[in-house]
Amino acid sequence: MLEIIFFYVAATIALIATVMAMTRANAIHALIYLIVSLLAVAVIFFLIGAPFAAALEIVIYAGAIMVLFVFVIMMLNLGKAGDARERQWMQPKIWAGPALLSLILFVELILMIAEVEGAISGDMVTAKQVGQALFGPYVLAVEIAAMLLLAGLVGSYHLGRRYLEREQ
Amino acid sequence: MKEMIWLIPLLPMLSSLALMLGSGSFSRLIIGVLGVGSVGAAALLTLLTGLDFLAQPEPYTVSLWTWMQVANFSPGISFYFDGLTLVMMSVITGVGFLIHLFSTEFMEQDASYARYFAYLNLFVAAMLILVMADNLLLLYLGWEGVGVCSYLLVGFWYQNSANGQAARKAFVVTRIGDTAMALGLFLLFTSLGTLDIQTMLGVANSKWQVGDLMPLIACLLLLGGAVGKSAQLPLHTWLPDAMAGPTPVSALIHAATMVTAGVYLIARTHGLFELAPTAMMVVAVVGLATSLMAAFTALMQSDIKRILAYSTISQIGYMFLALGVGAWTAGIFHLMTHAFFKALLFLGSGAIIHCLHHEHNIFKMGGLRRKMPVTFWSFMIGSAALAALPMTAGFFSKDQILLQAYQLPEYGVWLWLGGLVGALLTAIYSFRLVFVVFYGKANTQPDKDVGWRMAVPLSLLCLLSLIGGYFIIPVQAVFPLSTDGHPAHWVEYVSISVPVIGVIVAYLIFYSKRLDVSRLVQSTVGSRLGDFWRIGWGVDYLYDRLFVRPYYGLSALMKSEPVDRFYGWVVSINQCFNYWLSQSQNGRMRRYLVSIIFGLIVLLMLALQLTPEVF
Amino acid sequence: MDAIPLNHILLVSSLLFCIGALGLMIRRNIIFILMSLEVMLNAAALAFVAAGAHWGQPDGQVVFLLILSVAAAEVAVGLGLVLQVQRRFKSLDMDRANRMGG
Repeated sequence: MLEIIFFYVAATIALIATVMAMTRANAIHALIYLIVSLLAVAVIFFLIGAPFAAALEIVIYAGAIMVLFVFVIMMLNLGKAGDARERQWMQPKIWAGPALLSLILFVELILMIAEVEGAISGDMVTAKQVGQALFGPYVLAVEIAAMLLLAGLVGSYHLGRRYLEREQ
Repeated sequence: MKEMIWLIPLLPMLSSLALMLGSGSFSRLIIGVLGVGSVGAAALLTLLTGLDFLAQPEPYTVSLWTWMQVANFSPGISFYFDGLTLVMMSVITGVGFLIHLFSTEFMEQDASYARYFAYLNLFVAAMLILVMADNLLLLYLGWEGVGVCSYLLVGFWYQNSANGQAARKAFVVTRIGDTAMALGLFLLFTSLGTLDIQTMLGVANSKWQVGDLMPLIACLLLLGGAVGKSAQLPLHTWLPDAMAGPTPVSALIHAATMVTAGVYLIARTHGLFELAPTAMMVVAVVGLATSLMAAFTALMQSDIKRILAYSTISQIGYMFLALGVGAWTAGIFHLMTHAFFKALLFLGSGAIIHCLHHEHNIFKMGGLRRKMPVTFWSFMIGSAALAALPMTAGFFSKDQILLQAYQLPEYGVWLWLGGLVGALLTAIYSFRLVFVVFYGKANTQPDKDVGWRMAVPLSLLCLLSLIGGYFIIPVQAVFPLSTDGHPAHWVEYVSISVPVIGVIVAYLIFYSKRLDVSRLVQSTVGSRLGDFWRIGWGVDYLYDRLFVRPYYGLSALMKSEPVDRFYGWVVSINQCFNYWLSQSQNGRMRRYLVSIIFGLIVLLMLALQLTPEVF
Repeated sequence: MDAIPLNHILLVSSLLFCIGALGLMIRRNIIFILMSLEVMLNAAALAFVAAGAHWGQPDGQVVFLLILSVAAAEVAVGLGLVLQVQRRFKSLDMDRANRMGG
């Protein structure tokens, strides 16, 4: 009973925070809201018995990726002018078409998940089980993910280096 | 000598090739010597071969090589020599030599001297191949060759586009006949299995009965070809226009040799024609009709060469008439004598044209008797032979034709009567020409008379026109013997006197002006009839309206490429879609994002429809 | 303990996804577009983990980990590109980078 209430609360927070993130003019504000949303989703993970996923969500997603975003935005130094520009770009009249498309998409997704039956019992899937799965059947995927991260590393280093050199 | 008869067409062909290749570097003298000499050598060789043959009259074949070998069709390049071949070859090389000699003076001032002789020699070579051919395919080769040379020579002065048009007309009209002939060759090959003439006649006799359908069709198709080449109804319209070429060309091609190719063809394949009496009747009727039509037309012409052209058409009609009634020997005999006097007449007109600064209208000439005596006597003798006045060459040949026509059962009398009317008209128009041009007041003065190179051929031809009637052509072995019976004597007397009456009528109208026909000519009926006759009985007009104009209209329609327009539409529809769709590639990322979401929506919609509910 | 109904979680996930898509289409700043992409990835990850928890197997979390690595690499490279765009066009407007049209 309690889980369900906590779940609804967390879900609401996540949704509201996301909406706010999408509509802010200041990039840092939007990012903070986004971090809140991610933390709410982590709470949902805890509630359904996936602590490893929840920890990862907090540590990596909110803690690393979003921080990376924050660093880059601060490096770009947009300032008050950036905020004004954002507000100017986000006029109400441009919301009509995208809102319609999103609505249609949402309706379709609802239709697809409408007949799903089942409940989540809340039994924990421990980190140990996840680790066994990772080094068992999914070891190839781990290797490929590692290569992907290496590629991302090299790429971002290369793309960012020129910028720094020029700035100096 | 027998084995070397292939030299006879070879010499003119080599000379033609040499003249074409080296036309820039030869002097006029060399060109003349090559051009005239090659035909002269051919004439000499023909003479030797002829003497050989007359000593031992055995027909023989000289086979050079096999032309092609496909399945069981293997025609060869082989020449067949018999009496008919000898007659034709003598005419071609003999008269040809004289005309070549004449041309050296006539074309003296022309810039394309070498080209002229090259074409003329090529023509002689092709014509010789035609008459010497052993099989119909080689004959067809010669047939086409003379057609091409006719085109090249009629359009010799191509700078004037009207000459080119006349040449094209000649080529296209004879082509129609050639197509019919080709169909005839196909039919003969598929039915008889060979195109070798002598073999073919043997097989035909064993395979077909008299009056069968197949020989009738084959002969009518061959007749189609002959009609085209010999300018008979309905394919005669090209010959008057072909007078646009140089006059010696008209003499050689359109009087003595090419137009007689049709007559030769029918005579050579007489065995086939005897199997189809209906076809022979058609030949005779076509010949007679053409003869009369052309004679009426010649009466109303005022261009000297057109009169002679229509006269040629008319005389060949006589030859067809002869062939049609089975008088093969008479037809060939008339071919030979006609070659003599028609060449004479044409060369005479060439002399007149040459000396009167290219004047063609006879009513602008007159009184040339004193200034140009050689030409005057040439014309006199030539016209006398044409009109078949007694003791000239034309008299013997035409008389033979009319007598044999009379002897044909059932229709002979009508054919004979038609021939008589034609003879009367022939006499009238030919002496009209003589009296108008040579007597009376001189409207144009000639600035010179003919040189020896023109006078000698004219004189020789005069001689031949007078004594040619006494030649006996060695074709007894070729043709079946005709009926030997003699018609009643009154028939002969009438035939002899009609041309004389015609000459007297012409004298009265055009010379002494005693008989006044001007009222008759200027009356409404008279003038209408006269105009109708002058334009060749409207055949040209008919063809123009019926064939030429619709064809040009169709060409103009096709020129705007209507079929391509359909493909143009396909292309432009493609381009339209390309234009519309390329609008979506505008490089604006947010549009792309929206389209991704849109695509996702569509995919999900498809997924909803297609997959069964697994949830 | 009462169980959380699965389709509620999936509903939340799809709602998050649609909000992310909305943001993707509306915003003009590249940073915000990348942010919307993160929201969409997160929504997908939520669906995976919920499904894995429904079956009681670790597979959902394994996929979550892979999604995480993908998101990390993508953000790294994407922000590098943002820096290049800023240097080249002197602005972060997405519409300025439209030369690859045709």
